[in-house]
Amino acid sequence: MLYINCPHCGMRSQNEFSYGGDASVKRPELNKEVSDQEWDDFVYNRKSLRGKHLELWQHISGCRQWIKVERDTSTHEIFRTFKADEKVA
Amino acid sequence: MSQAFRIGDGGLVNREKKLSFKFNGKSYFGYEGDTLASALLANGVHLVGRSFKYHRPRGFFGAGVDEPYAIVQLYRNGETEPNIKATEQELFEGLEAKSVNCWPSVNFDIGAINNFLKIFLPAGFYYKTFMWPKSFWYRIYEPFIRKAAGLGVASIKHDNERYEHKYEYCDLLIAGSGPSGLSSAYAAAKNGARVILAEDKPRFGGSLLTSDVNIGNQSGKDWAEGIIAELKTMPNVVVKNRSQIFGYYDHNMLVMSEKVSDHLPKTKKYHPNKRLWYIRAKEVLISSGSIERPIVFGNNDTPGVMLSSAAKEYLKVYGVLVGKKPLVFTNNDSGYETAIEFKKHGVDPIVLDSRKNPKSEIIDEAKNLAINIKNSYVVVAAQGYKKVKRADIASISDDKKQLGKIESINCDCICVSGFWTPTIHLASQSGNKTKFKEEIDAFVPGVSKQNETTLGSANGVFSLDETLKTSFAAGSELSKKITKHDNNIAIPNVVEKKSSQHDKFWCVPLPKGKNYKRFLDFQNDVAVSDVEIALREGYRSIEHVKRYTTLGMATDQGKTSNLNGLQLVSEIENKVVPAVGHTTFRPPYTPVSIGAIVGREVGKHSKPTRKSPMHSWHEKNNAVFVDAGVWLRPRYYKRGNETLFEASKREAKNVRTNVGVCDVTTLGKIDVKGPDAAELLNRVYTNAWLKLPVGKARYGVMLREDGIVMDDGTTTRISENHYHMTTTTAQAANVLSHLEYYLQLVWPDLNVNVVSTTEQWAGAAIAGPKSRDLLQKLFPNLDVSNEGLPFMGYMEGDLFGVKARIFRISFSGELAYEVNVESDNGNFMWEKIMEVGEDFEIQPYGTEALSTLRIEMGHVAGSELDGRTIPYDNALEGLVSKKKDFIGKRSLQRSSFISEDRQRIVGVVPLDKKTSIPEGSHLVKDAKAPLPNPKLGHISASCWSVEYDNPFSLAILKNGKNMIGEKLFAMSPLKNKVIPVEIVSSHYVDPKGERVRS
Repeated sequence: MLYINCPHCGMRSQNEFSYGGDASVKRPELNKEVSDQEWDDFVYNRKSLRGKHLELWQHISGCRQWIKVERDTSTHEIFRTFKADEKVA
Repeated sequence: MSQAFRIGDGGLVNREKKLSFKFNGKSYFGYEGDTLASALLANGVHLVGRSFKYHRPRGFFGAGVDEPYAIVQLYRNGETEPNIKATEQELFEGLEAKSVNCWPSVNFDIGAINNFLKIFLPAGFYYKTFMWPKSFWYRIYEPFIRKAAGLGVASIKHDNERYEHKYEYCDLLIAGSGPSGLSSAYAAAKNGARVILAEDKPRFGGSLLTSDVNIGNQSGKDWAEGIIAELKTMPNVVVKNRSQIFGYYDHNMLVMSEKVSDHLPKTKKYHPNKRLWYIRAKEVLISSGSIERPIVFGNNDTPGVMLSSAAKEYLKVYGVLVGKKPLVFTNNDSGYETAIEFKKHGVDPIVLDSRKNPKSEIIDEAKNLAINIKNSYVVVAAQGYKKVKRADIASISDDKKQLGKIESINCDCICVSGFWTPTIHLASQSGNKTKFKEEIDAFVPGVSKQNETTLGSANGVFSLDETLKTSFAAGSELSKKITKHDNNIAIPNVVEKKSSQHDKFWCVPLPKGKNYKRFLDFQNDVAVSDVEIALREGYRSIEHVKRYTTLGMATDQGKTSNLNGLQLVSEIENKVVPAVGHTTFRPPYTPVSIGAIVGREVGKHSKPTRKSPMHSWHEKNNAVFVDAGVWLRPRYYKRGNETLFEASKREAKNVRTNVGVCDVTTLGKIDVKGPDAAELLNRVYTNAWLKLPVGKARYGVMLREDGIVMDDGTTTRISENHYHMTTTTAQAANVLSHLEYYLQLVWPDLNVNVVSTTEQWAGAAIAGPKSRDLLQKLFPNLDVSNEGLPFMGYMEGDLFGVKARIFRISFSGELAYEVNVESDNGNFMWEKIMEVGEDFEIQPYGTEALSTLRIEMGHVAGSELDGRTIPYDNALEGLVSKKKDFIGKRSLQRSSFISEDRQRIVGVVPLDKKTSIPEGSHLVKDAKAPLPNPKLGHISASCWSVEYDNPFSLAILKNGKNMIGEKLFAMSPLKNKVIPVEIVSSHYVDPKGERVRS
């Protein structure tokens, strides 16, 4: 079971969180003309990365904040976590 | 029966306390502190079971977790449990156990005929034989194999035992209380670290209980006792026996199963049977020791052949002789330790050592005791069927290929030692890449992946002195990092006998003309010849060999067989062992009770149960409840002998003619507040929200980004910047997360807060033509006329002193209102509604009537919003704004979503107007078409229309828009029904929606 450092609450077990997928996906702006390809990439197309992956988790049984977690998908190592509005450098 | 094999004194059992027990119906005695195995051996019982495949007689091979044979069915306090190792089960008064995998008895087992058919049962037999003809699998082969297989019978009764889960955190978790576990625990504890020390056996001390060593001028056993006693007094230390750490998971999470009650005749009141510990440790010290491995020879599975370390343990811990004419067969010094113990207790052993001329202190001691030692000698085969009677022995050449003349000697047990295999399971489970250590012919942990350190013999270190030094250092260093304390502790001096190098010898060659079975895996009956077949047939990967032959796959997971199997494969393949590699170690290390894994989450406790504040009223009024997610909702209120059908019809009818009241507390409620609340709603819902005035409600549909309908509900503008959103019962939590996602990540610039208020409000829907009259009486001071409170209007009122919110919204399609009060006043509200409603012939109605009402009105719910439909499919395209953008809008342009024959909701009526259509039925054109019959649509919801008194269903139908008036068939192969139907409008009742506005 993963041990995730919620930037708001501290170290918490995985069972307090729910997974939210790739954090690098950016929603196209509202009212903007979007091509089929662009929209498909946003809604469906995901890279199934092996290695370092920036992903979203929601601390659903805690502070209910969405956070970003930098995790290795093959080893489960977690490198860093970020608040939703924090810049990932 | 007397305990003929119990020595006069000695051992750690309590001879003051005699315990009686039964094995296969026969009564015996043992002592407190015995295991079932030691007590049986004390009584001279060596035959305990039959092997899995050939049903060969089985005795005891080990004295602990590594035991492959002695698996029994246990009876305790009216319950029965399979797959219990007799070597682990502690004796208690009245214990009853039986042999498994034998019929009619362990002494005369019909299945043993397999032993004579073994030539026909080689590796892969099942795969090859039970393939053809295909139809035989279900009817003949599988039932036969199921009957033949198995090591015991699981009880089908409800398990009345209690199992608990516990979550714990610590600085250092130490697995195993042998010399390395005790040293590191002590050093860490002295530095103030929070320590958990776990031992799977009842007694602490590990190898110190049986080895002849001195630590700090006392015996190893006394030193261990002293350390444990001191650890137990320290507040920062938790010491647990009977506790097996069986799994090492990610991020230093380990799971331990504590046997709380298994050693007692009956679980104490309020105690669990087992407790599962989830332990998150900063550092893990693996001091799990090592397991002796056998040397492979002919008939090496005969009862009486056992590990030499087990024989020593039975003698030193339990005071039991496993035989009175022992033969010790060894390739290293450990066998001599066992022989010396026998000799000390007046029994003359013979030692066969495969080595030519070994020299060490231990061997010198054996020689001084005048023990008969034969060098360059091996056991070729054990003789005897249900018990060892003789051994065929022979000298062996230096290259271990040639056997000398075979001699037969009498013996009643063969204690075998093929050196030691470190228990690396936990390290390997944590992700440690293990490495092969030539000097000990075994794998040891390599580079740590998580915060784990392996110590002592688990790390391939067999010198006690070195073990203590490294373990004290590790405990001290790791704790110092955490606590910043450094209590320098003097490491005690150690007196131990030096041992000599073991012989790289693991399998005795077959003598000419003999075809003895030489077993590698004792529980699954995998012999050398089986592995040879697998390799001949082309299996190369060790993982494939394992699965084809079942080597190492039994409940003992190959603890005594894996390495010899690897040696064999590497020899045949002419590779070195590390090139073959070992199979993956996976949790659990030992079998874990399903009950312990499940814990308290059984039956109703497997999920929370949510009840509305009016629940007790429903109970008192004969409500029959239904699970709605985690909520309990009244399905109907039973009167007399009414059936569900009759009651729901009565309740629905009463709503259409008078007035009904329904508990709608379970609907999800979300408070949306902030200056940008309207903007958020406008982006979340498909319709327009910017112009909704205060005091008005609006129905909305929200989509996922892929265009599929996510949820629907009404949202009411309570005040300028405050909205009250409702969701369906099922989607409440998902909708909240959805809103939080957009607010926190996508549009953080929106100044809005959302919070769930589902629990804060109790809701009652009042529906029916008389609902306005009722409402007026409930709120005499309010103007609730059609003008004062129009459809989709909202007002606040005072309900006999209680603040209430009144919404004019309708799910039933009738003139209807929803009244919300704070949850604590829910019951008060309900009782007032029922009291005042009496004049209007009010009746409460449940979810079944609610469904009937909404279905015949064509209102969609979860069965239509099933994660596969878009607004158009539900005839909700009128709510989709063309002007503004919203979540999921772009997806609605997908070609399949705009195709001419897109599926759409329709009504379905059976032509005979009598036959109810099962939900899930498929709509087809031709009932007689060959299968698979092309499906045009499916029935999503069915009811008995109270308006027209005939069955009515909703369906999602391809090209539904142009199908009205068509005749189709509803087919339900499950219910074996084919019903001719007509497609009608989904708005079966009041298609213009006049009633809700009346």
